[in-house]
Amino acid sequence: MEKNELITKLKSIVEPYIQDEEAFKNLSEETDFVKDLKINSANLVDVILDVEDAFDIRIENDEMEKMLSVKAAMDIVNSKLEAK
Amino acid sequence: MKHRVVITGMGVVAPNGVGLTEFTKAIKNGTSGITFHQNLKDLDFSCCIGGIPTISEEKKLEYLTPLQLRGFNSSGILYGCIAGMDAWKDAGFLVDANSELDYDSGTIFGTGTSGVEKFREAIYKLDNKEVKRLGSTVVVQTMASGISAFLGGILGLGNQVTTNSSACTTGTEAINMGFDRIQSGKAKRMLVGSCSDDGPYIWGGFDAMRVMTYKHNDTPTQGSRPMSASASGFVPGSGAGAMVLESLESALERNAPIYAEVLGGALNSGGQRKEGSMTAPNPEAVQRCISDALINCSISEEDIDVINGHLTATSKDSLEIENWTKALNRKGIDFPYINSLKSMVGHCLAAAGSIESVATILQLKEQFVFPNINCEDVHPEILDLIHEEKIPRTVLKKEINIAVKASFGFGDVNGCILFKRFID
Repeated sequence: MEKNELITKLKSIVEPYIQDEEAFKNLSEETDFVKDLKINSANLVDVILDVEDAFDIRIENDEMEKMLSVKAAMDIVNSKLEAK
Repeated sequence: MKHRVVITGMGVVAPNGVGLTEFTKAIKNGTSGITFHQNLKDLDFSCCIGGIPTISEEKKLEYLTPLQLRGFNSSGILYGCIAGMDAWKDAGFLVDANSELDYDSGTIFGTGTSGVEKFREAIYKLDNKEVKRLGSTVVVQTMASGISAFLGGILGLGNQVTTNSSACTTGTEAINMGFDRIQSGKAKRMLVGSCSDDGPYIWGGFDAMRVMTYKHNDTPTQGSRPMSASASGFVPGSGAGAMVLESLESALERNAPIYAEVLGGALNSGGQRKEGSMTAPNPEAVQRCISDALINCSISEEDIDVINGHLTATSKDSLEIENWTKALNRKGIDFPYINSLKSMVGHCLAAAGSIESVATILQLKEQFVFPNINCEDVHPEILDLIHEEKIPRTVLKKEINIAVKASFGFGDVNGCILFKRFID
């Protein structure tokens, strides 16, 4: 999936969970879900579920552990989409 | 030193009124909140009527954030949060996510079972091997202490934050426990109350026991008939009641409005001995609970002006009246006024004691006795014990100073609490 399109889609997925508006506005590939967006760590599993639904993919436990930033999420989503 | 305890804020989510203004009006007018529910009929319930508070989607958003409401499916927690936050604001405190942590304020907020709809949702997923797809919201909505956890975080409470559970005694027990904590100086303020889920998954077990009425599916507002000869079982209800208990010193220091004073109370159990069982009260323990409450408050029997009974509209109502007459040693025309809020809202189970206590305190604050509805035909066994005049059927304007509330629950557990009119 094209990079900007993917970022836009991820941005809308994380929006309900973010607690730092400023960091959200400036969201980029480098943005960290917990450190920058201040997403409650318990909500990370909800973000993963929403990503799974949005892209119709399944994310495994080990992949989930790595999915802490926009960049990591993009890599995992893209690899899953390619494998489809 | 024993601290005096007063009530400085209240909140209520009842089937016949959400918020103090609406609720006060409803209980004065004798407005029933009982309605027919098609989902109960579709599930082949014998009793298809019940009391469910009306909460709009907009109202939910006044209390919980869109994030808190994501995947939210716990009516009891919703009702408890609304009642608890309203009570907190009513007492003059701010609800602010960035407020200072307050080590002098805590909560004891009871429930019977938490988030039963959420639990059902989770079980379907689990059985379908979708444990990974439950999300993060199942635990906090289904743990018994979900309601106190929600309120503790929303209000920034730093004293004890816990949930009590003692079936239909839960609400009255919470008030007793919060009172003890302030009286002994362990807290300055305790938000106390209780909540109960609504719907088939919480009410089904009672329907199965045939203790709910099946005779009023076409006449829902007439279904809940405490003390009536034609009472045929209770009507299930739901909701929440809450109050801020505060030491008198703290309340005066803040110049907070005071609804009433909590004099104290008693909690006990009949141990399921003698006539007592899992589901029936041991009369000896019920009477002792009431007597002990009076002794603990140094109040004599003749000082009681009004009783808010447990009175569920089952065959046990006459026994309850008999217990009151024995515990207070008063009968006939000498008996205090007595009423049952369940005639209007049904039996709100774990929430009953707190909603009914809010009604009791409103009576002291505004000097009235709310009417018993659906009680045109008082049960003859009750008329043998107390004078009909003591069971008001229309609202009474009376000077009342001391009110007593009692609740009795499955497990043969009892709770009693005394409130006194507060005059500055």
